[in-house]
Amino acid sequence: MAVRALVLTGFGINCDHETADAFTRAGAVAERVHLNHLVAAPERFEAFHILAIPGGFSFGDDVASGRILANRLRYKLGGPLQAFIASGKLAIGICNGFQVMVKLGMLPYFDGAFSQEVTLAGNDSNRYEDRWVHLAVNAASPCVWTRGLEAIETPVRHGEGKFIPRDAATLARLEAQGQVVVRYATADRAPAGGVYPINPNGAIGDIAGICDPSGRLFGLMPHPEAYLDRTNHPQWTRKALPAEGSGLRLFRNAVAYARERLV
Amino acid sequence: MPDRIEVAIQPERPDPAGHALCEQVREDLGIAMAAARVVSVYTIDAALAPGELEQVRAELFTDPIIETSAVNHALAADFDYLVEVGFRPGVTDNVGKSSLEGIQDTLGRVFSGTERVYTSTQYALKGVTREEAETIAHNLLANGLIEQWRVCSREELVAQHDAALLPVPRVTEKSDPAVHTIDLRVDDGALLALSRDMMLALELGEMKAIQAYYAREDVVSMRRGAGLPDQPTDIELEILAQTWSEHCKHKIFAADVEYTDASGETRTIHGLFKNYVKATTDAVAQKVDWLVSVFHDNAGLIRFDEDYYFALKAETHNSPSALDPYGGAMTGIVGVNRDILGAGMGCRCIFNTDVFCFASPFYDEAIPDRLLHPRRVFRGVHSGVKDGGNESGIPTINGAIVFHERFLGKPLVFCGTGGLIPARIAGRPSEEKASMPGDRIVMTGGRIGKDGIHGATFSSEELHEGSPATAVQIGDPITQKKMADFLLEARDEGLFSCISDNGAGGLSSSIGEMAGKPGGAVVHLERAPLKYAGLAPWEIFLSEAQERMSLAVPASKLARFLALAALHEVEATDIGEFTDSGFLECHFEGRLIGRLHMEFLHEGVPKMVLPAKLAPVALAPEIIVEDTDLTADLKAVLGALNVCSKERFVRMYDHEVQGGSVLKPFQGEKNDGPGNAGVVRPVPGSSKGIAVACGICPKYSDLDAYAMMANAVDEGVRNLVAVGAAMGTIAGLDNFCWPDPVTSEKTPDGAHKMAQLVRCCEALKDTCIAYDIPLISGKDSMKNDYKIGGTKISIPPTVLFTAAAILEDVERVASMDVKAPGHLVYVLGATKNELGGSEYLALKGQIGCNVPQVDALAARRRYEALHRAIYAGLVASCHDCSDGGLGAALAETAFAGGFGLDVDLAPIALASNVATLFSESASRFVATVAPVHQQAFEAALAGTGCTLVGRVVESPVLTLARSGAVLAHAPLADLKRAWSAPLHW
Repeated sequence: MAVRALVLTGFGINCDHETADAFTRAGAVAERVHLNHLVAAPERFEAFHILAIPGGFSFGDDVASGRILANRLRYKLGGPLQAFIASGKLAIGICNGFQVMVKLGMLPYFDGAFSQEVTLAGNDSNRYEDRWVHLAVNAASPCVWTRGLEAIETPVRHGEGKFIPRDAATLARLEAQGQVVVRYATADRAPAGGVYPINPNGAIGDIAGICDPSGRLFGLMPHPEAYLDRTNHPQWTRKALPAEGSGLRLFRNAVAYARERLV
Repeated sequence: MPDRIEVAIQPERPDPAGHALCEQVREDLGIAMAAARVVSVYTIDAALAPGELEQVRAELFTDPIIETSAVNHALAADFDYLVEVGFRPGVTDNVGKSSLEGIQDTLGRVFSGTERVYTSTQYALKGVTREEAETIAHNLLANGLIEQWRVCSREELVAQHDAALLPVPRVTEKSDPAVHTIDLRVDDGALLALSRDMMLALELGEMKAIQAYYAREDVVSMRRGAGLPDQPTDIELEILAQTWSEHCKHKIFAADVEYTDASGETRTIHGLFKNYVKATTDAVAQKVDWLVSVFHDNAGLIRFDEDYYFALKAETHNSPSALDPYGGAMTGIVGVNRDILGAGMGCRCIFNTDVFCFASPFYDEAIPDRLLHPRRVFRGVHSGVKDGGNESGIPTINGAIVFHERFLGKPLVFCGTGGLIPARIAGRPSEEKASMPGDRIVMTGGRIGKDGIHGATFSSEELHEGSPATAVQIGDPITQKKMADFLLEARDEGLFSCISDNGAGGLSSSIGEMAGKPGGAVVHLERAPLKYAGLAPWEIFLSEAQERMSLAVPASKLARFLALAALHEVEATDIGEFTDSGFLECHFEGRLIGRLHMEFLHEGVPKMVLPAKLAPVALAPEIIVEDTDLTADLKAVLGALNVCSKERFVRMYDHEVQGGSVLKPFQGEKNDGPGNAGVVRPVPGSSKGIAVACGICPKYSDLDAYAMMANAVDEGVRNLVAVGAAMGTIAGLDNFCWPDPVTSEKTPDGAHKMAQLVRCCEALKDTCIAYDIPLISGKDSMKNDYKIGGTKISIPPTVLFTAAAILEDVERVASMDVKAPGHLVYVLGATKNELGGSEYLALKGQIGCNVPQVDALAARRRYEALHRAIYAGLVASCHDCSDGGLGAALAETAFAGGFGLDVDLAPIALASNVATLFSESASRFVATVAPVHQQAFEAALAGTGCTLVGRVVESPVLTLARSGAVLAHAPLADLKRAWSAPLHW
């Protein structure tokens, strides 16, 4: 049986095609599904092993990025979503999808309940920017998606990506449980130390992405689905690079995990 | 009373938006403000119980981690003056609309329809006087055309006792819903007065043609039979004015031109479009086999590969951007996206290109009435295009920002979009539209308001005192994105037979055009969904409210079409039927209110006859001072506005969404070197790609309009060739922006401007035919003048030439940055003494006379050879040489790659060192080649003007010499700083 990935669409989500392409390249059967299709038939969730909330501008980032879509998921699909998570399946939120997961409380999902513990605020620069960053992967993280990876290169493309935890205790708990998965770093994986543009948004602790305690739910601001092929890299014309972009490895990890455990 | 929820970042946390505002106030207005914080205000005009209000405050409007909020209570505390800015009634409020959806989700109930959320923003300013706060409000925060604002002190806010600062912008103004009859049986003066008073923008001849139509016996008897008055109803006159507007009918390009050429001979040109633009494409169509659909659709279509077609279109949105830069530019970009969505059976947008022309942002003289400071125009236009493109999920992959003092009178905002469509859809060729009699007319997307009424006629006039605020619209990218998602699904299910965009002229234009094929249409205007009550029927038909498409839906598929729309939460309404009656008919509440012969509507406009005669141009040869060290001049040229880095602004565009990015706007070791063309791979897994670039040279117009156009075509083409495109695969778009070329009292030099247009068209045709470039679409905007009081500013005649090429293999493209020390440096193409209009002379306050001339035949041989060399992998880097000449091209090549150049220009040097470095001769490149490929490269380029001038060196220093004598010498860091600094705010 194939690994099946559900890629959410609708309401201004706009990275759904390339996110579906990433899962397809990784060996899954990817299906783009409009949110209202799911709301009308939540049982469709059960047939999937992986949920992806792609990047984009759901509801125009109006009020706050990700907020309105997060609320819609909470009010209209909260139960099925929790059942999906409880059954050991995987989820990823990228950029706007990460904002949605955080504001829904699907991350960090400390105690298995939707509760917002962190946020993604306006960039310190107050500007939306598209620029490539280096991510250092936390080897101690249980994150399924980044297994075996040390570093990832991807672009960030956001105006509201500054990671802020509720308080010091929240940050400490995230770190203690290995839930901080990727941090903005220099090319040789040294911490960005908050320095712009290595850390492009002023994120606390240079945090670019976090997972839930199990490592199955993962969200990040940068776009791994934007680096599937060598020619996506901004310097591919001047560097010897592998044919496959490092972004694709995240999707391969998830599909491999699903194939072993869920299919 | 509406309730108010105020939200702000918690006071102990930094507020990035407030901080950025302080910076901007200092940069743009020279006011040193101590601090600013921002409060978002949501005014909820709906009956919510106190518990509900608290619930939406907490669950929807407030981030629990970093924000604080209050209900019906002022949050702003620590300030000297508070500025609140909100919309005027009827202005699109996207956040308000989303907020209402969020409230309905949160409360789990659906409102009846009159409930609204209005948003406004408070800026709590510290360390400013009232006068400064007023200046900040007026010059930076608010635009009186679309926004209302109020400034208040702390004491005034306290005295307000938590009451709202601004009135709730409910639309209360209603139009007269009656249909009026206008009597045209009047004299010429009265006809012209009618045209002016009703803002029809019709000339006397056109008014008389309409007068004659209503006097026709068959028309009178038809009207009496139908129960219509003999004389036109308001809606009929409005439809005719819109359909016949310069904007829609391109009357100047269709006119008979009495052209007196330089030799004094006079001849008549029967239509510039037909004789130059279309003739070009007809000629090239004999040589290329990939044209699919040109000129007659919303965008041109060419073949991408066996399975897909590629669509390309560019539009301008100049007049709206002059009035409201943000909203005007945003509607420009989302508007051209709809052209692509409306091309063939509906294309998916795959990239945007954006080219702006402004006056200097450092302009420091008085700003004429009703114009905005160029810096404000720049910021607003850029933000509008940025938000429009980013929120739509379409990458912006190429563009330019061009500066010239006369763009003070009107900024030019060119927005382009590329699209892709399967060659066959639901078993039919996707380029064929086929609305049939009996098909339902369906409008989908946004609702209709008074926004944008008279946009088409407005853009056919100069900017004047009475330019209407209603001509301004604000885009709603998310409504459009939902609509596009829906329509592409409906397309693939084969649910419609024809699709068109509602742009200029609104329903009147889209339905009028779509009715051409079946031969008529009946529209019931009361069925069209409105944003608010109180529009006159003609306003409903003419409104240019955004985010709408019109479709022909076969009756058998209507139910499925509407159901799919509902799933996507997109409005779709059946408003009538296509017929074969030969008439466009409008009904309102069961009554026929307008009926026009389709033929008269589309063919009845009289042809204009326009004189064209070049006036002599006073040429002043340049005065050059030959300094021995040109390093300072090189830095100054790199820092010229037309040369310097635009990265600060371009990086705010998403240039890689959709996953197909191959060559980005910035390249090199630090991702900041200026690329030549954007390249995308639109079909995952395919090696094929699309390269797009642009050429635009208004700086040559005053000297030689022919050269301006030839250079623009050449610039677009050589930017494509620089990345590896092949001749014979390139398609072009021409977007003309002209000052009014029609001779009149206010335009005494119309004949000269018209003759410049003729010269320009000649160059377009000559150059495109020489390069085998078919023109697949284009547009013109012919009234780019400002006239208020005694001040008249006309833009320099400008053409944006957008060029796109299909690439066989994206893996073989070249980037512009040097790659390694030891590589050889070549200059391709002849450097001539052509400083006329150059950036160098502009810095010296001169314009000169020797404008670069394009030798298209020689250039073509070079382009073909260079393509072969790049394709064979012989070229390490290749960079277009244009603004700033060889000096700029060599410096950019070097600092992008991080290695120095040791160059001796003796083999190509002119008598003048200044001209050698800064002449802007056409058709040139700087290329670097690994020594191992030297022989093969030189053999490939043999006979095309290929000169070895130096080497790439490890040391990051640029040295430009002539026979050993150094002309310019500087560390790359210094050159890069000079290039990066000017537009870094």
